Amino acid sequence: MENFNQIESDILNKIKNVKDRISYETIKTEIFGKKGIITELFKKIGSLDQGQRKEYASKLNSLKTKISGILEKKLNDFDQSEINEKLKNEKIDVTLPGRTYFAGKIHPVSQVIDEVTSIFSEIGFSVEEGPDVENEYYNFSALNTPENHPARDMHDTFYLDHSKNLLLRTHTSPVQIRTMLKGKPPFKIIAPGRTYRHDSDQTHSPMFHQLEGLHIDKNINMGHLKGCLYYFVKKFFEVEKVKIRFRPSHFPFTEPSAEVDIGYKIQDGKIKIGEGEKWLEILGCGMVHPNVLKNAKVNPKQYQGYAFGVGIDRLAMLKYGINDLRAFFESDIRWLEFYGFDPLDVPTNYRGLSR
Amino acid sequence: MITSLSWLKHHLDTKANLNQVADRLTEIGLEVENIKSSNNNLDNFIVCKIIKSQKHPNADKLKLCDVDTGSGTLVKVVCGAQNARDGLFAVYAPPGAVIPKTNMKLKVAKIRGIESHGMLCSGYELNETSDKEGIIELNKKEKNIGDKYFKSTGEKTMDISITPNRPDCLGMRGIARDLASSGLGKLKKQPPIKINQKFKNPIKVSIKKEKNQGCGIFGSVYIKNVKNKESPDWLKKRIISLGLKPVSAIVDATNYVMFDLNRPLHAYDADKIDQEIIVRNSKKGESFEALDNKKYTLQNDMCAITDKSGVLGLGGIIGGTRSGTEFSTKNILLESAYFFPSPIRKTSKELNIDTDAKYRFERGIDPNSIKIGLDLGMCMILDMCGGEPSKFSIVGKVKDERKIITLEAEKFLKVIGFSITTAEIQKILSSLGCSLKISGKKIKVLPPTWRPDIKEDIDLIEELTRIKGYDKVPLINPEKENVKDTLNYKQKLFHFAQRSVASKGYTEAVTWSFTDSKTDTLFSDLNSQIKLSNPISSDLDILRSSLYSNLIISAKKNIHRNFEDLMLFETGPVFRGNKPGEQSTMIGAIKTGKYSRKNWIEKERDFDVFDMKNDALRTLIEIGIESSKIVVSNKTKKWYHPGRSGMLSLGSPNGPVLAYFGEIHPSIIKKLDLRTGNVLGFEIFLDNIPQPRKKIREEKPQFIVSDYQKVVRDFAFVIDEKYSSGEIISLVKKIDKNLIKDVKIFDVYQGDNITSGKKSIAFNVILEPKDKTLSEKDIDQVSNKIISTVQETTGASLRS
Repeated sequence: MENFNQIESDILNKIKNVKDRISYETIKTEIFGKKGIITELFKKIGSLDQGQRKEYASKLNSLKTKISGILEKKLNDFDQSEINEKLKNEKIDVTLPGRTYFAGKIHPVSQVIDEVTSIFSEIGFSVEEGPDVENEYYNFSALNTPENHPARDMHDTFYLDHSKNLLLRTHTSPVQIRTMLKGKPPFKIIAPGRTYRHDSDQTHSPMFHQLEGLHIDKNINMGHLKGCLYYFVKKFFEVEKVKIRFRPSHFPFTEPSAEVDIGYKIQDGKIKIGEGEKWLEILGCGMVHPNVLKNAKVNPKQYQGYAFGVGIDRLAMLKYGINDLRAFFESDIRWLEFYGFDPLDVPTNYRGLSR
Repeated sequence: MITSLSWLKHHLDTKANLNQVADRLTEIGLEVENIKSSNNNLDNFIVCKIIKSQKHPNADKLKLCDVDTGSGTLVKVVCGAQNARDGLFAVYAPPGAVIPKTNMKLKVAKIRGIESHGMLCSGYELNETSDKEGIIELNKKEKNIGDKYFKSTGEKTMDISITPNRPDCLGMRGIARDLASSGLGKLKKQPPIKINQKFKNPIKVSIKKEKNQGCGIFGSVYIKNVKNKESPDWLKKRIISLGLKPVSAIVDATNYVMFDLNRPLHAYDADKIDQEIIVRNSKKGESFEALDNKKYTLQNDMCAITDKSGVLGLGGIIGGTRSGTEFSTKNILLESAYFFPSPIRKTSKELNIDTDAKYRFERGIDPNSIKIGLDLGMCMILDMCGGEPSKFSIVGKVKDERKIITLEAEKFLKVIGFSITTAEIQKILSSLGCSLKISGKKIKVLPPTWRPDIKEDIDLIEELTRIKGYDKVPLINPEKENVKDTLNYKQKLFHFAQRSVASKGYTEAVTWSFTDSKTDTLFSDLNSQIKLSNPISSDLDILRSSLYSNLIISAKKNIHRNFEDLMLFETGPVFRGNKPGEQSTMIGAIKTGKYSRKNWIEKERDFDVFDMKNDALRTLIEIGIESSKIVVSNKTKKWYHPGRSGMLSLGSPNGPVLAYFGEIHPSIIKKLDLRTGNVLGFEIFLDNIPQPRKKIREEKPQFIVSDYQKVVRDFAFVIDEKYSSGEIISLVKKIDKNLIKDVKIFDVYQGDNITSGKKSIAFNVILEPKDKTLSEKDIDQVSNKIISTVQETTGASLRS
């Protein structure tokens, strides 16, 4: 029987000469080719007698496996060193900027409308809308503010005709009337939207945004109003404790009427909502005046409820520390990018109102 | 309305201090907006002692004084007074103080080369004496160095915001009554007045009976032989505390009564009245000079107080100079009248006059206050100026329009949420001046004449709640139950679209609903613009008919600040008429400049039409429109580049318009001086998107995936350039809808080797068999059909 140890050491000596892929192929052929060393040895199996054959075959097979393994590793080494060689030259500066990317933003007014809608949605309000152009009746008279009422002085109005019948709504309250006229009680709605007054300075702008709220049912009293607004203020400002004051006031379309103040303090130059000794007016509200219900074809003997109006821009200013109202509408790209919100930052109850 | 604790205490017996009063006022609906020290300036004047006085080195008549002001260090003051001497106690005014006589503000100044830090004051300079000689000499026993000289000043005033329904609180007594009602003291009784009024008022007064007569009652008293003069100090101080200027005893007295009792009065110089007073409607063209020194020309039917010579004044608004009182006035006629709110308001609006009297009459003065006004005004004038009063003459009558209101305690509970007893109701409403009669559960209430705002039971409920305190209203937690979806389909679209556009890199702007007519007309189809009657400025004179107008104006401002690569959008209303509802909700978006600029990794590239097309299309798909239903065509609007713009519509090129996109017309860009040649935009018509009958999840077919290999084949044709790519794609797709999954154009070429008027177009067709693997024969069959269809339909030739 052949000396397999000798054969193996001969083959290993040969393999030592493998320097590159070409010598690898040559030597592989010398071992495993048609006339290769191992191939020749296999050919002999048939000529061996029964007694020898088993041992011979077993030794030959293990030799073949070993040599194949060694050759395979050689080949892998070539691949590896070639890759390594390539990697040496494939270096880039990843600190370079990438391709152009534009990150869009959502305006604070839109964001706050979404926040507020999310809050009121939780307690059963749905959204209604009304036109920006109104007539005198819906904006004033139907809201218990007859002509020559001094309350009209507080609403410097934009008019669209000389008879002063067509105008830009001065508040979102006409939506109350429109909603009630087209439906049947109960009503539980909010109405965000643009409002207009002929006024322009640091804290007034000819256009601003309001959110109207209306809840009419058989037994809705002032306690419900209080509960609703406490809930809203706490949720909106995302505070546990909140100091709120209901102060008697007057609006022609509600009675009793109230203005709502929230406590605040200035800490490290920033406004802190919900605590402190100072008061800030944030909204007006009250029980809907029976005359308004009558004008909206709702029977005040059967139905009653509350309404409120909040300045959306003002809420945004307070929550997000914005100083100048006029800047909201000037479209300075630097301002929009600074105060704007990521489009994916959708305010929801379960993901949180604000990041 | 400005008030002070001392004035309120004139009507209110209370031990409460200023802060308690202010807090209570706010709690009962009379909001105290601020508390101010009146006249801080007078606090500056300090008692001092001249330690040493010596001659000024450079001036014979001046002295240089070392003054102890109590601050610890001596102050050097140059003084010209002869009586300035060592050891004298005097009055010192520091730099910054304003000298009452001259209104001059003191500064540290060099006088003849020596710095003087403030001044030693004379009585003349402090408005105390008419003697100009010498500085004030104080008795040292009375004063301590460093004390404020003016002891009586420094009373704080409260500025109360009075809501329009509360005219009664435009007088101190009304405020005091509310405080008393809330339990903060007792309302004092007004002392009875006993004056001997012997003779008849010699001036006849008549109110002409005519339509729209603005005057209801005219009461007056004639006072003869008065000696008008400056008011005494106490009255001057009250008048100054209101922010008014003292004029004379007579005028100050009328103002005092107006603010004390909310009862406007007017004093005429009786000798200047021509015979008699006639209250009548004015005639167009009549004019008079008013006490504000302006001449007013009247319209028809304004309430004029006239005499035989013409208009004396406008009733309840402003008096005239012709009959004004002066220091030399001998005889006066004092008026206390009732004018109706509505004509007052109309007249003052038309003539643009705002006075304290007008402000009160238009809100409603107590028609029963004629006599108490005459009483108090007369007494004050007699006290200060002497004279003899006539009997009162009161002409006219006003119908008492008050109604008895029925109130039930149960209703209070139902509306407010907590209960109140009949006894409490009785106590509160009586303290506010109501008369009550209780019969069982019903309480009959007659409101006082000074509360025109109380008309029905809800008004009384408000009074009760206010006085009880809003903090008594219970807090009822909201129910968390939804009856209806929060948003309807259109509202959902709005919200999705807004964030969809922003997620493509656009920054949201919110701009005015009004805009510049010159800009808007460039982007408008409207025949006539929607003008505002009273625009805030001439460049915001109309309602916008396009979102582009303001976006382009905004872009321009940013570009001029060197932010030239912009992506802006707005979601909001545009208007097509001036009636309610003639508006639609749109998205407008613009891009200016370059997509990439000076970038190491990409070639510089301008934003182009295909950026806009993608953004518009993707937005529509993201808000739920199926892409296969969106049709692209080249019908667009005049504000787009005619060759580089398109329209997206629903279903067919004639379907509802979903969007326009493209380059803004070069001539518009030029006209608007945008300083960039590249401005593109898209507009999406949210209102044109119909609400689908089914939800997307219901519309979706079953998911079926083919196990068979997909096959891709390329084709290239030379075709007449009039055929759009869209047409070719839909042509090919139609050939075998089941097999052809997609057609993708990968090359379009015009130029060398292609006949002019023609273009080469190359596309690949993706075949996805559903039931078997395609054989070469199958593929050839489809390919041939594609080639023949395109050739036959368009006359194209296959490109080899």
